[in-house]
Amino acid sequence: MSVPVRTLFFAAYRDRLGVSELSIDLPSGSTVADLVNELRGRGAPFDMLPEKPAVAINQIYSFLDEPLTAGDEVAFIPPVAGG
Amino acid sequence: MIFAEVSSDPIDTAALLAKVGSDEDGAALLFIGVVRDHAEGRKVTGMRYDVYAEMATEVLREIALEASIPLGTDRIAVAHRFGELKIGDISVGIAVSSPHRAEAYEASRFVIEEIKKRLPVWKKEHYVDGVSEWVEGTIPPGAGLEGSTHVVPLTDEGLA
Repeated sequence: MSVPVRTLFFAAYRDRLGVSELSIDLPSGSTVADLVNELRGRGAPFDMLPEKPAVAINQIYSFLDEPLTAGDEVAFIPPVAGG
Repeated sequence: MIFAEVSSDPIDTAALLAKVGSDEDGAALLFIGVVRDHAEGRKVTGMRYDVYAEMATEVLREIALEASIPLGTDRIAVAHRFGELKIGDISVGIAVSSPHRAEAYEASRFVIEEIKKRLPVWKKEHYVDGVSEWVEGTIPPGAGLEGSTHVVPLTDEGLA
């Protein structure tokens, strides 16, 4: 069984990747770290993503070993610069 | 009442200040962050703010809630703008009120510092030579770590 997740990219990540959103099917039991590896494994330009990026699952900052469940929204958060 | 908003509309500072204040408050503060015309020696002509809107609204509310505890009142109103901004445009507004000034200053400072640490907002500076670049940011505290497996679980034995 697979785990479909929706990934979001913002700011510099979106510019470099050329996409703001991707739907990805992961094997069940996958964590955020597995998602990062899957993306980086695609090669350029996805290998520009850091090995340990800041991510938010369903709009909450999350650890990389957090398991993913079907329908999760996983946002890749470049270093923030509000204010 | 805590108010937190992320919008592409210009920030109405008078309306923001009007959301705080009460008969028991002797201090009301309004902080505004403004787009300036230079950055690290380069002439800036404008700024584009990107935002993860749904999350940013929640994080902004969370920051205001945390600030309200030492403030002793829940009279905090904060707004962050996104989209294309010109020099002099207001990017962030923070209104706070409390019975005495010290707590208000502290809360206002806390909110802007936390915004800079963890609000999912990004800015791209436009320079006079036509080049635009994302401003180097801050990694939100705790993000990008493997942490959940390091948490020591409470065992049943310990609760006997």
